[in-house]
Amino acid sequence: MAFWIASSPHNHQQSETSALMRLVIYATIPGILAQWYFFGWGNLIHIALAVTTAIVAEFTVLSLRDKKITSQLFDGSAILTAVLLGISLPALAPWWITIIGSIFAIAVVKQLYGGLGHNPFNPAMAAYVMLLISFPVQMTQWQPPLSLLAMDIQFNDTLAVIFSGYTPQGYSVEQIRTHIDGYTMATPLDTVKTNLTLGLTVAESMNSPVIGKHFGLGWEWINAGFLLGGLFLLFKKAIHWTTPFSFLISLFVCSFIAFIISPDSSTSTMFNWFTGATMLGAFFILTDPVSGATSVKGRLVFGALAGLLVYLIRNFGGYPDAIAFAVLLCNMAAPLIDQYTRPRTYGHDLGAKK
Amino acid sequence: MSTLIAILVVGVLAALFGALLGYASVQFKVIGDPLAEQLDALLPQTQCGQCGYPGCKPYAEAVANGEAINKCAPGGEDTIKKIADLMGVEVQPLDGNHETDNTPKVAFIIEEDCIGCTKCIQACPVDAIIGTTKQMHTIIADECTGCDLCVAPCPVDCIEMIPLATTTQNWQWDLNSIPVVQID
Amino acid sequence: MESVIERIKKGNFSHFHGGIHPPEQKFLTSTKPIASAQIPEQLIIPLRQHIGQAGKLIISVGDKVLKGQALTTIDTPMSLPVHAPTSGTITDIKLMPIPHPSGLSEACVILTPDGDDTWQPRKICPDYKLLSKENILDKIANAGIAGMGGAGFPTKVKVSTLSKIEYLIINAAECEPYITADDLLIQEHSPTILDGIKIIDHLLSPTNILIGIEDNKPKAIDALMKATADIDHLQVCVIPTKYPSGGEKQLIQILTGQEVPSGVLPSSLGIIMQNIGTCFAIADAVINDTPLIKRVVTISGQALEKPQNIWALIGTPVGFLTKHCGYQNNEKQHLIMGGPMMGFSLPTDQIPVIKSTNCILAPSEIEIASPFSSTSSKEVECIRCGQCADVCPAQLLPQELQWSAKAKDQAQLAKLNLFDCIECGACAYVCPSQIPLVHYYRVAKAEIRQQKLLDIKAEKAKVRFEARKLRLEREKIARAEKHKKAAEARKARMNSGTAAAKSEKSAVADALARVKAKKAQANKAIASSDNNKENPATEQVDSGKSQVANAIARAKSKKLAQQEQAQLDAIDTQQDNESPSSLATKQIEPVVIDKKAKVAAAIAKAKAKKRQKETTANNTDSNSESERNDSATTQSTSNKADHETIDTAVTESVNAPESANKTLDKKAKVAAAIAKAKAKKRQKETTANNTDSDTDTNSESNSESESNDSATIQSTSNKAEHETIDTAVTESVNAPESANKALDKKAKIAAAIAKAKSKAKSKAKAKSAIKSESDASLQNVETSTTKIEPSQEPMKNAEIEHETSDVQSKVNNNTADIDRKAKIAAAIAKAKAKKLANNTQKSSSESSKQKLQQPEHSEIVEAKAKNLEAENKKARVAAAVAKAKAKKLAASANKSTHSE
Repeated sequence: MAFWIASSPHNHQQSETSALMRLVIYATIPGILAQWYFFGWGNLIHIALAVTTAIVAEFTVLSLRDKKITSQLFDGSAILTAVLLGISLPALAPWWITIIGSIFAIAVVKQLYGGLGHNPFNPAMAAYVMLLISFPVQMTQWQPPLSLLAMDIQFNDTLAVIFSGYTPQGYSVEQIRTHIDGYTMATPLDTVKTNLTLGLTVAESMNSPVIGKHFGLGWEWINAGFLLGGLFLLFKKAIHWTTPFSFLISLFVCSFIAFIISPDSSTSTMFNWFTGATMLGAFFILTDPVSGATSVKGRLVFGALAGLLVYLIRNFGGYPDAIAFAVLLCNMAAPLIDQYTRPRTYGHDLGAKK
Repeated sequence: MSTLIAILVVGVLAALFGALLGYASVQFKVIGDPLAEQLDALLPQTQCGQCGYPGCKPYAEAVANGEAINKCAPGGEDTIKKIADLMGVEVQPLDGNHETDNTPKVAFIIEEDCIGCTKCIQACPVDAIIGTTKQMHTIIADECTGCDLCVAPCPVDCIEMIPLATTTQNWQWDLNSIPVVQID
Repeated sequence: MESVIERIKKGNFSHFHGGIHPPEQKFLTSTKPIASAQIPEQLIIPLRQHIGQAGKLIISVGDKVLKGQALTTIDTPMSLPVHAPTSGTITDIKLMPIPHPSGLSEACVILTPDGDDTWQPRKICPDYKLLSKENILDKIANAGIAGMGGAGFPTKVKVSTLSKIEYLIINAAECEPYITADDLLIQEHSPTILDGIKIIDHLLSPTNILIGIEDNKPKAIDALMKATADIDHLQVCVIPTKYPSGGEKQLIQILTGQEVPSGVLPSSLGIIMQNIGTCFAIADAVINDTPLIKRVVTISGQALEKPQNIWALIGTPVGFLTKHCGYQNNEKQHLIMGGPMMGFSLPTDQIPVIKSTNCILAPSEIEIASPFSSTSSKEVECIRCGQCADVCPAQLLPQELQWSAKAKDQAQLAKLNLFDCIECGACAYVCPSQIPLVHYYRVAKAEIRQQKLLDIKAEKAKVRFEARKLRLEREKIARAEKHKKAAEARKARMNSGTAAAKSEKSAVADALARVKAKKAQANKAIASSDNNKENPATEQVDSGKSQVANAIARAKSKKLAQQEQAQLDAIDTQQDNESPSSLATKQIEPVVIDKKAKVAAAIAKAKAKKRQKETTANNTDSNSESERNDSATTQSTSNKADHETIDTAVTESVNAPESANKTLDKKAKVAAAIAKAKAKKRQKETTANNTDSDTDTNSESNSESESNDSATIQSTSNKAEHETIDTAVTESVNAPESANKALDKKAKIAAAIAKAKSKAKSKAKAKSAIKSESDASLQNVETSTTKIEPSQEPMKNAEIEHETSDVQSKVNNNTADIDRKAKIAAAIAKAKAKKLANNTQKSSSESSKQKLQQPEHSEIVEAKAKNLEAENKKARVAAAVAKAKAKKLAASANKSTHSE
């Protein structure tokens, strides 16, 4: 019989990092389902590919770094990164895009900076941006919702497109993306942007079949799915409400002001909320604790900054969507934000309080 | 002609920047602590002389003038690291000639053996030994820096270096060091 | 704005930041009554059970003590006594593990109970209001009451505060899980507690009394409400359950809405907080005269069959209590003293219960499997989730603190206010990465404290080191000063006794000459140093060190000089008495002399300048020495008030040449000038000749004759009035002589004069005679005479004037040989002088009679004697200087050999 020395506190909440990660992965399910429903099997295949690659990459790097493999490999962080990357890739992007992105995210962005807890950038978003800049053609081949496609794409078709570039019938991605009427379809955000440069108003763009009834056929539901997952996370207290809240409010305010000033060239607030990766970014990307701000005040600033950046890049930048760029820029700013938003310690600066 | 202009322009620019730098160096001269002072502040002030200098200040001055940074045995690796940071040089391992054991110690005079020769009093760099000729000496433990310098001069070897005992006051929360009772 | 009390009455409380809700587990013990105290076989009573110092032990091993008897007494303000919890025998006083996270040992009294539990006589005090406040405070202090909530701050110090107290807060929050000791105490003893509160009220007279209690203790709240219903300014505040609301700062914030500024005691805000258990103890102590010898301890945890609260005697080993509660032995025992959040693991179950022990926790392994054990850490990387910052009641940033703590960045830790951490454990409790945050902070805090102590110590060491350096420097300077003064005094003396000084100088010259002569004879030198040892005069030279000899010589010369001085004074007064008629002449004559001397000095100056150009660097040493001699002379001359005018002249003339290199030359000139002045009075024609011859002499830089002359000047000036003609003649004779015989020595001069005066005697006899005549005390004269004698030998052998400078320059060449030889030579010279002195003693005394028969010559003889004396002294000084130099050289030689 021996005595057991431990440091206080002796009891502990039964929560672990891996559990937290698992919870977040579960919360992506509604969004992924919506994605599957509207865009087919593409993203699921990419997620599977990304997860496999991520685990292999993580395993390799961890063994190279002489770390405890069992505990760290399955802490869920690599899997979560891979899932997020898989979600954000175009459904019909070639397979090597996923592989490269996944390896980059895990090996370079995460492990080279010191592994879990030390990466300054969100690995999924950093990988996404890397891919977007390196392979712009492949990364912009967004497939329109299945209902708008001229042909019916099944699981095996998707698989063939991803791995060979052509369906078994021999259609290329370009051909798949082409509307019955003969023009190439893009994402709603891309459509609006292109139309604006063509001199069309936003209202006219909204008539595009890609947009559908509301804010983009399919996209609105995908965003709704991620919103649902996000609310679940909030309910489970897995994420803090501040970042998504301030991000969405900031985006809302920015687009609202722009809409008031110039309704013809500005999309509506809800369009901004429910297209692109807004909800995914709000609840799954920006809330990544490692690369975000930590204090409540800091998170508010962080979210607001992200909202502003998303709006600015969407409307004035060269790329249609902006979540990834905004997140990376905010990641850079996070330490600074933390530095300037330290909470007042109990019993300090009492004069300033009153 | 164009060559001339180029030379002229570059020359003027050089002169301009030179003047600017010169002005800046005069105007924004940093009057900080002299290096030796800063170094002295890092040293443990045991005044033990193990570095080969008669006290910490002289060693600090020597380091400022290019002496090796790894000669402070009581300071150990920590001090070397701090000095390396300050000097902007590589951290070096402690000079091999010195004993690496730098657990805090105090000198203790075995009083029945003391013959009152005052030799240790003269050796003590911080005047921490009380006594006079033919009288028994004793060490003010609170003032003793544990520098070891009084041990050698003692003709009767009555000075011992005793490691400072860990008490509940200076215990450092090292849970691993707690003896766990094995019953059975 | 509503007042705090109104707000509290409405049940609105402020909130502190963060906080957690760990599983309470209070039901295990909260429904069972407090079991009465059991007496164990042995009580271990640590002498120090509070924050502060241990009291002074007043019992010894073997003593029989009664229950409640004090074992220690208060001897410092922060000390508290401990008492015997039951009657029995003190069996030992030794180091035992005490309740401390470190498991280290401190002094404990071991008490073996006799089982009778006999009380010491007690004085029950039914009405505490009859007692003075001091009396109550004394009772509280003597009962050994310290804060019973955990920290153990001496209660007496807390309740004797002088500041105006607005809120007295009674802490009954008991926010830690498992612990129900206060709950049960309130349930069973609320009247006594109320007495305690009233006593504190009486002591502090606060405006309001607030009792803070968490809403998870309904029975206790009821009991309190009933008991306190009749007190107006007392509010029972039922606060929401949240850990750590029982923390002092947190409870203050909840109840009053105020934050206690960092580093400030709550009493400065007019707030005092007391634990409810302390109130009970105070009531017991003041009313029942019962010291703090037992307390309620919650023994809880699922590893126990019968978890319950127990009245435990202070000093009861934990193992006794857990056994009493049916502890089921597990493979790995985990005993925690205190609650699960802030308690610490015990390394053994023989740790005693102390005044601040409120809980012993014996959890089962499933119940509390601490992730922070040193052996089973599940710590993973921090993911900056920020949950720790969300729950921190001090609004710190635990994750940033943790990084800084790991990096040992103490500056950053201080900036992040590490020391505001109350170690409540909320951050570590919520940490999903299971990082033992609190442990990191504790280690960091300990390190910072240690570092601060080290810094203070280093600073102290530095100051002491600097002080020591200063002291050594000061002592060195003081020593140097002393030596300088001594040397100056010596010189002054030397020059004051003019003749003696001269003789000394010649002795030096002699010594130096010998040095030269004996350069090659090292063996001889040793032999001579042996001789030196054997010399009876140098009785203390047991070490054989020339240093000692030197010192003795110095001392002797000092004595001599003093005696000589005295004699001179005596002579002066004598002269004054004897020739009062000459006073008038004295006063007139100096004036005339002065003028003339000045003129002469001017001429001398001009000449000196000319010669200055010719001087070589080799001479500098000898010059500086002679300069010193000169200045000394100046001083000595200026001391003599009766010859003020002449003195000034001399001084002036001396000063002027001093700027030149060859001071001695000038001196000679001055001397010559004075001589001229005197001579002119009678022999106007010869003056011109003298001056010429003088200049000639000077050109040869005859240091010997110069010093001779200067000495003569003094002697003449001393006796100018009487001797004018004679001395002038002497001088004038001297001058031509030196002019003719450029290399002539003084001894020879003296001899010549003596001869000229037709005192046909042998040299030795003549001198001894002179001495005995001129000076009353024979001894001094003898010494000086004897010193002259040896000096004459080398004079004959070599040309002293040149040799002196030669030898000196050679000395300057720093050859250790020469120095050693010089020393030896000097020693030999001295030894010989002593011998001679002994020999001449008799003859001089004899000859003194003869001398007395020849009074006509006494004056000249006197002058001569003085010359000789001066020479003698100077020689000695020179010898000393040579020795000093030799020593220096030897030291440097030693050094060089060492370094080689």
